[in-house]
Amino acid sequence: MKLSEFVVRDSILTDLQAQTKDEAIRAMVESLARSGGIQESEREGIIAAILKREELGSTGIGRGVAVPHTKHPSADRLVATIAISKGGVEFASLDGEAVHILFLLVSPHERPGDHLRALENISRHLRNDNFCSFLRQAKSAESVLDLLEEADSNQL
Amino acid sequence: MNPQSSHACEVVVMLEHGLHLSPAAQIVKTAQGFRASLIIQKGDRKIDGKSMLDLMTLAAERGCRLRLEAEGEDAEQALKAVVALFESNFGLVLPSNSQASG
Repeated sequence: MKLSEFVVRDSILTDLQAQTKDEAIRAMVESLARSGGIQESEREGIIAAILKREELGSTGIGRGVAVPHTKHPSADRLVATIAISKGGVEFASLDGEAVHILFLLVSPHERPGDHLRALENISRHLRNDNFCSFLRQAKSAESVLDLLEEADSNQL
Repeated sequence: MNPQSSHACEVVVMLEHGLHLSPAAQIVKTAQGFRASLIIQKGDRKIDGKSMLDLMTLAAERGCRLRLEAEGEDAEQALKAVVALFESNFGLVLPSNSQASG
């Protein structure tokens, strides 16, 4: 499973302006809908499902990273988007720090293994300090995509 | 108390969706409450059980066997606390056979 295969190209946000968790999740899901990653008609249901998941415990996993996600019946394959926040988003993270890198995932109900493998993939790359710092400095979706492809081929 | 005390055991992941984010967070929070280190091993891979990113890289699916190893003065208590999470299935309901086959 490769990052560049499940991150929807045109949905990447490199200058997220949202300051709260709700605003950030809304902006990312709207971007996924605009880029065709999810159906426009499912947008609000997916936002609600992701916010509901956050109530169980923040997906802010520390080191400035959050992985908001949900399983949703409308998804026929796993899709994801990335947002970079220069100012940081208040996310009630495990370590209390603001979040600068967000990976948002929407996956089908019947494929829990895909979800785990996507998390494995994302977290493996996020452990690499080069990946995190390049990602935080990325100014365009193209540079994020280049970075994902480099990460996929272990060139970082 | 032996400062180099080391305790280990094996657990099996019974979670329907594998060791996903919220059970992983429970392990990290629990392990961080102790001074002892916690190493979790899947196959020949060893990771730091106090690191969320490390735990997520395990991608431990249902049925997966993990070795837990705690080391430090409160290793025994740390290991017991983490094993208790697995034994309670992280507070989540075990899937019945009919659900599991679906």
